[in-house]
Amino acid sequence: MFSKVNSGGLRGIEGYLVQVEADVSRGLPGFHMVGYLSGQVREAQDRVRTAMRNAGFALPSMKVTLNLSPADIRKEGTGFDLPIAMAVLAAYGVVGKHSLAGTAMIGELGLDGTVKPVRGILPMVLALEEQGIRRCFLPADNLEEGMVVRKMEVLGATSLQQVVSCVADSSGSRKGKNRTEQVREEPQEYGVDFKEVNGQLLMRRATEVAVAGQHNILYMGPPGSGKSMVARRVPTIMPSMTFQEQMEVTKVHSICGMLPPGRALVQNRPFRSPHHSVSPVALAGGGRVPVPGEISLATRGVLFLDELPEFQKGTLELLRQPLEEHRIVISRVHGSYEFPAHFMVVAAMNPCPCGYFPDRSRCQCTQDQVQRYLNRISGPLLERIDLCVEAAPVTYGEMRETADNESSGKIRARVEEARRIQKERFADSGIFFNSEMNAGDIRRYCVLGAEEEAFLKKAYRKMQMSARGCNKILKVARTIADLAGEPKILCSHLSEAMGYRELGGKYWKRR
Amino acid sequence: MEEKAYLYWLMRAEFLGAVSIRKIYEYFQSFSGIFNIEERALERAGILKERQVRQLVEWKSRYPVCLEEYRKLSDQGISFVAMTEDAYPRRLLSIYDYPAGLFVRGSLPQEGPAVAVVGARGCSASGEQLAEEFARVLASNGVGIVSGLALGIDGAAHKGALEAGGNTYGILGCGVNICYPPANYRLYQEMTGHGAVISEFPPDARPLARHFPMRNRIISGLADAVLVVEAREKSGSLITAELGLEQGREIFAVPGRVTDHLSRGCNFLIQQGAHMAVSPEDILEYLGIRYQKKLVVSEKNIKRLAKKEKMVYICLDFTPKHLDEILRETRLPVSECMAVLLELELGGYVYRTANHYYGKRI
Repeated sequence: MFSKVNSGGLRGIEGYLVQVEADVSRGLPGFHMVGYLSGQVREAQDRVRTAMRNAGFALPSMKVTLNLSPADIRKEGTGFDLPIAMAVLAAYGVVGKHSLAGTAMIGELGLDGTVKPVRGILPMVLALEEQGIRRCFLPADNLEEGMVVRKMEVLGATSLQQVVSCVADSSGSRKGKNRTEQVREEPQEYGVDFKEVNGQLLMRRATEVAVAGQHNILYMGPPGSGKSMVARRVPTIMPSMTFQEQMEVTKVHSICGMLPPGRALVQNRPFRSPHHSVSPVALAGGGRVPVPGEISLATRGVLFLDELPEFQKGTLELLRQPLEEHRIVISRVHGSYEFPAHFMVVAAMNPCPCGYFPDRSRCQCTQDQVQRYLNRISGPLLERIDLCVEAAPVTYGEMRETADNESSGKIRARVEEARRIQKERFADSGIFFNSEMNAGDIRRYCVLGAEEEAFLKKAYRKMQMSARGCNKILKVARTIADLAGEPKILCSHLSEAMGYRELGGKYWKRR
Repeated sequence: MEEKAYLYWLMRAEFLGAVSIRKIYEYFQSFSGIFNIEERALERAGILKERQVRQLVEWKSRYPVCLEEYRKLSDQGISFVAMTEDAYPRRLLSIYDYPAGLFVRGSLPQEGPAVAVVGARGCSASGEQLAEEFARVLASNGVGIVSGLALGIDGAAHKGALEAGGNTYGILGCGVNICYPPANYRLYQEMTGHGAVISEFPPDARPLARHFPMRNRIISGLADAVLVVEAREKSGSLITAELGLEQGREIFAVPGRVTDHLSRGCNFLIQQGAHMAVSPEDILEYLGIRYQKKLVVSEKNIKRLAKKEKMVYICLDFTPKHLDEILRETRLPVSECMAVLLELELGGYVYRTANHYYGKRI
């Protein structure tokens, strides 16, 4: 007898519909699986056969043939266990075939028949919804994740027996309600706040500007001056994510199996802080079956690169393309995979090997050592960093101060306003933030008055700026003006932007 | 001038020091004589050690190569001045171990006054400013500035002298056709037009560590006075000062805070009896040069500044301060303070060392 069960597979960040077809016939007893399967899927037959027996389904020995269609896409993962088991049971006639129509199943089986959670539920369920499937059995532990999808009735599966008994009559299983509306209202909770940062007025302000325009930022300063502390609080002043953004982030986290337990959607802006020994593949994503890397996990959030010069040069070069295109394409034998990479880079570094330059009373590094340390950072990466600030050494008084500082919430309100202005301005131009402006956009949106033009001209000559440096200043000045609610860029905005310019040749001489 | 070719041949011999060459020259009275003399005569002179004599005899086989190199010198724009020539700086002849010849790109210092400005390579930003200012004022009063073309104080001194349109002389620890450190390439280039780069090492000599203490004696030897701007204890700058003292040069040192590592060397020199250089006029006075106006190292005139600019300027110091400190003291918002500082920077009142460290310009 022939039967068919719907299931879902993963390809990159997108799911697709898989049909598990089973056929039981007379012949030499055996269990044959076809359909371009990976090792993980092939192992399913042992799990499935044992699980069925242990779940109390004693089946006669017959020739069982299984096909996972479409047969030209390589199947990965362990989520096919449950649909395979159900397809076989249906083919044997244990389960009614008609009751499986329009229903999908995803789940891994234990040898005793329990259903275990799998990765990538959200993209798979989304793909199934698109294919018109309206009912879906998911591992009970993944139920929250599946509930996000609006038109899908999701049912929690705990064991094979329970699924068999519920296929016909779904009243017995724990039903997930569609909770997307409630989900959005859960407040952001990061556990840290800008309130805790004493002093560092400059860093605070620069961070606000950077977040408002989604500019990449670099902090330099001696050890213990609070660079990482501020960096960790960057997500707290970013506007909360829209539903689409949350879905995008959750998909990536789902594929990597990194969803927080009991959470349906990732609501906090991601903050990824890979160690500087990170490999190129771990950062950009990859592997034989490509999985997202740190930059994709940081999408819609912050990629924090602490101790920037310690990263391998080749690793950092990988960031160049994603920073431009906000996505990364990884090509492998089985095809190319695209992952989102729409992140903001926050980098931190010491200005020299000992960390105290330019404080010559503490720093004993030679000029040459300092230069060599700084030169580890490639020029092309520096070009993509719009703001550069120095952290001041923290005084004792500042450290022990208990007075209330401005909270993240207040800063966020200003950032949100600045972003709203940008959204209106770029409504039909395909970009969202000031940092994304190209030369043409700058000419169009960063118009200067006569006084400002003269001011910039004077500074351009005096400070030996480059054309690129000047464009950067204009972009940052635009953001500062947006924060101030000014429709026009004024001299004061320009001069502040110049203050953040990437060290004006003080550190990196070649610019 | 075959004679000078023989001198070149002698100087290319690494086993002979400046003093040895001078002594054997004084004994034989000609450089070609040294080449042509028999081994026994060299031994009898008793100036060179036995091993050196043997090496020198072997070295004779290299003469054709040296002659070839010597002839190529002028093509490279390098002049070779022997100690026997009039062009050789008279001042240098007064020291004990003056080099037998100098390789020069540019023109050697004339009779006029000259001051050596030396100091730490890893100096502070204000030290760099001071060195530049001293050199600028001295050079504009016709004083040649001698230094070592190193990073830090040396480079700043050369820069100041060049900015004032004066002459400056860089004494290298490598061949004059090599710019070391490469970071000073622009200074190196400009210097050949306004002064010279000078070395006792033949062209293509690499910048070896042992060369640098050797060239220090030329730095002080070419000058009437030695000015130390910033130096740590036990630093090369103190060696130069000591050499200068042995050569009978006057030593000046710029005083600094007692706690400052970079001023320890200078304060030590003053303690030992060096002149205290508070402003360039102290040195001009010593050199007997009448200077135009009262030159004081101090702040700029701030009368014409706006109120806020004055407020920020007063907060500043010659040693750079972080912007956060300025913000705390002035209680201005970040954007406003930055705007004021930029205005001051463009006006030449303030300099930035690193990105957000600001100091008063001298």
